[in-house]
Amino acid sequence: MFYREAGDFKTSYAADNQTFPIKFDRMGYYTALVIAFLVVPFIINDYWANAILLPFLIYAIAALGLNILVGYCGQVSLGTGGFMAVGAYACYKLMTSMPEVNIFFHIIISGGITGLVCVLFGLPSLRIKGFYLAVATLAAQFFLVWLFNRVPWFYNYSASGQINAPERSVFGIEVTGPNTEAWATYLFCLVFLVASALIARNMTRGMAGRKWMAIRDMDIAAEIIGVNPLKAKISAFAVSGFFVGISGALFFSVYLGAVEVGEAFGINKSFLVLFMIIIGGLGSIFGSFAGAAFLVLLPVVLKVVGVDWLGWPTDMVAHLQLVIVGGMIVMFLILEPHGLAQLWRVTKQKLRLWPFPH
Amino acid sequence: MPEQLAFAMEVFLNGLMSGVLYALVALGFVLIYKASGIFNFAQGVMALFAAMTLVGIQNGQVPFAHLINAVLGTHIHHFGWHIHSVLALILTVGVMVLLAVAIQKFVFRHLVGQEPIILFMATIGLAYFLEGFADLMWNSEIKKLEFCLAGTTCLPQGINLAIDEATYNWFGYGFFIDNLDITATIVAIILVIALVAFSQYTKQGRAMRAVADDHQAALSVGISLNFIWVLVWSVAGFVALVAGIMWGAKSGVQFSLSLIALKALPVLMLGGFTSIPGAIIGGLIIGVGEKLFEFWVGPLVGGATENWFAYVLALVFLVFRPQGLFGEKIIERV
Repeated sequence: MFYREAGDFKTSYAADNQTFPIKFDRMGYYTALVIAFLVVPFIINDYWANAILLPFLIYAIAALGLNILVGYCGQVSLGTGGFMAVGAYACYKLMTSMPEVNIFFHIIISGGITGLVCVLFGLPSLRIKGFYLAVATLAAQFFLVWLFNRVPWFYNYSASGQINAPERSVFGIEVTGPNTEAWATYLFCLVFLVASALIARNMTRGMAGRKWMAIRDMDIAAEIIGVNPLKAKISAFAVSGFFVGISGALFFSVYLGAVEVGEAFGINKSFLVLFMIIIGGLGSIFGSFAGAAFLVLLPVVLKVVGVDWLGWPTDMVAHLQLVIVGGMIVMFLILEPHGLAQLWRVTKQKLRLWPFPH
Repeated sequence: MPEQLAFAMEVFLNGLMSGVLYALVALGFVLIYKASGIFNFAQGVMALFAAMTLVGIQNGQVPFAHLINAVLGTHIHHFGWHIHSVLALILTVGVMVLLAVAIQKFVFRHLVGQEPIILFMATIGLAYFLEGFADLMWNSEIKKLEFCLAGTTCLPQGINLAIDEATYNWFGYGFFIDNLDITATIVAIILVIALVAFSQYTKQGRAMRAVADDHQAALSVGISLNFIWVLVWSVAGFVALVAGIMWGAKSGVQFSLSLIALKALPVLMLGGFTSIPGAIIGGLIIGVGEKLFEFWVGPLVGGATENWFAYVLALVFLVFRPQGLFGEKIIERV
């Protein structure tokens, strides 16, 4: 009835190519933005911020980054944890060595540094493909974590080997350190997420994104029609690294505050982000959000149901969570290889015809 | 003979031994990859699951005791009997075969014809599932694995005194070689010979190789793909069980056992995914390489290089030879 493109006339190419061609979608998008920016900050409390919203925002950025590499460019990476660590440590070094610069720029620069590191480890992708590449990116994961553990320069020679985020503020409002307000950290991360999503969306539907997708679908054919595989792959690694680095920097400075690299950025983080984009949908911006939300909410829901309601021991709920996550991955790959995003697309298609499907 | 050289030789020998253990895990990968094109990330977790099942059966643990207690409010944990190692081994093999059937029936039969990378991700999901399942079934505390054939002939532990003495007499420096590593090497050699014999001289083995060569051609001469895949997963489960026993006896049955899969990956990259000799030689190169690197370069850069050396070695190697040492040449067509 209301979910139609009928009557919604486009008079320019720009209008025809917009992300949300249906008016109802557009309204929904603006409503979501308004709620996220103007309503949530007033009702947020510490529990919601720390247990759900902050991890969701930060993982969504990481998932966006990884989705560009895996979903759009087809280069499977298992090194996300290591690259997030690069972002975190770059941010830490910048924050401590240049305290006068705003943390906003620190985070963006750490994204850039991570992009460079990511390109370095992506170079072999020109020779190595498929599984071999997936395994090769594990080299990045293990090497980077080891590096940050063993070279004292990275953690400023602190005795514990941990890094701690110093207190920094934006417009006079603290966003890192122990005395932050929930709404401030939330808004700070939200700004980064919205900006990342806009950039990612526009890159993936532009020339860069089309080249990535051509490489993903068949790299030799893409090369023959004039896509430079070197540029396409390297740019995918760089952009992906940029987003992953930003999320790593936020994860350390805003969310955790103190980080021990092996624990926070281990191999499990790589798999977690990979699972997010599989469940959410490979090659979809919406999927990155959906997957991140799903895998952030699942442990919380399981904990509430298992531990608080049923009174089961915590470790058993943790094991059950592994079973459920693993089972869901397999189930999604069998039933819907394109993830939650595809379910959403199907729903939208149905909605267009509803209530008269014939 | 200079002390340093003798010491390096000891490190070299120990590297060879741990290389054999890596090769043992890598073998399981190669078997499945060759026969079904699935890169089975869950191999390490299968080793963990097998070892936990073996210990659980031996000690008469009640499966899912934790879950049952939580749901029903009971306090059961053990049946109160001990089962002989050999019988437990046979039962565990049975469980691994069941697991193979279940994996084939519920997962990979529905994924036939999907892209290899989708299959790979499915095995990652499978690895998570199995890990949680094993913990739920046998609880996650660290268990001691004692495998005894009869009476007191158990898996040997500790330093091999004969070698220690012999090398002391020759070089004036006694080598420290673990008895368990020697046993593992012998078992691995027997296992490889048995596998080669199985795939060369039995009907099923031949069918397995036929499927590995060409699925459709194998189908057309009347080989049941389903059966062969179950068979392959069972064999891989058995290899995982052997690897699990060896690693479990070495360092206890615990979660870190599943991480040996991660150690086997660079072995595979080096040796090539499709080659059994490649898995063995790759394992030896990685085992020796990382021990020697840790011995010579490790102290200079802060130690613990074993975590990444294998990967970086494999990565550098792959840049020059993308299909690994013995892998099949990659031919690409549009």
